[in-house]
Amino acid sequence: MRKSITKWFWAWDFDKEEEWLEEMARNGWTLDGVGFCRYHFIKTEPGEYSVRLQYLPVGAETDEYSALMEESGTERVGRIVQWVYYRSKTANGPFELFSDLDSRIDHLNKIASLMLFMAILNLVIGLINSRSPVCLGWINLVVVSLLTYGVGRIHGKREALEKERRIRE
Amino acid sequence: MNETLALTESTYYILLSLHTPQHGYGIMQQAEQMSGGRVRLAAGTLYGALNTLCDKGWIIQLPVVDGSRKKEYKLTEKGRQVLENELDRLRRLVANGEAVLGKEEA
Repeated sequence: MRKSITKWFWAWDFDKEEEWLEEMARNGWTLDGVGFCRYHFIKTEPGEYSVRLQYLPVGAETDEYSALMEESGTERVGRIVQWVYYRSKTANGPFELFSDLDSRIDHLNKIASLMLFMAILNLVIGLINSRSPVCLGWINLVVVSLLTYGVGRIHGKREALEKERRIRE
Repeated sequence: MNETLALTESTYYILLSLHTPQHGYGIMQQAEQMSGGRVRLAAGTLYGALNTLCDKGWIIQLPVVDGSRKKEYKLTEKGRQVLENELDRLRRLVANGEAVLGKEEA
């Protein structure tokens, strides 16, 4: 049995997205495919799988990384732009993509860098557009505001981890 | 960067595993086994660490066997030195802990 759900998550809420996918899996609906804002599920035993997602630019998903994933019993569900979805049987033990605070902080930094880059890009394009007779510059400025908010949210998550990192790994 | 800083537990076990050449999954297994199941290196963490350790020259990548997607790594002399410094630090750490807490228990 299969079902598909359309749902929207902001990139800075990727942890909430992950939590939702985990809850689906706990209820016996395991992620089996992804599309733009579209999630495809397959019926499994409740809690049979655990699902994770990672910001992983195409170039960073090397053959070596894929081999490592496969060997450690992780299945790759799919990719949407810069995000890759993985699942692993809970019988293999707890499933995590990152096992220490440093690598979690690093992951957040990469997400924030991309958002910051996109925000600056949109700001420049927005300023150029604002001089053109067709007033489309405001669209870019809305995007800039959203991305700036996103960077702020990611920084908040990072700070929480960094505070923890000051006393432990 | 000050090379006398403490290593993270992940780094320590990765370096220790590479005393003999290993590929990624071998490192995961060895770290888990050595730590009695406590240290379970996740793929994302391990992969990032391997790249960083190569950049620092503490480990090197061995030539890839034809057709294999896997890469083997090995500890360098520099990496070995880092491990030995860490071991000295840990010995002291344990000795201090035992000296203070051991007394309380007695």
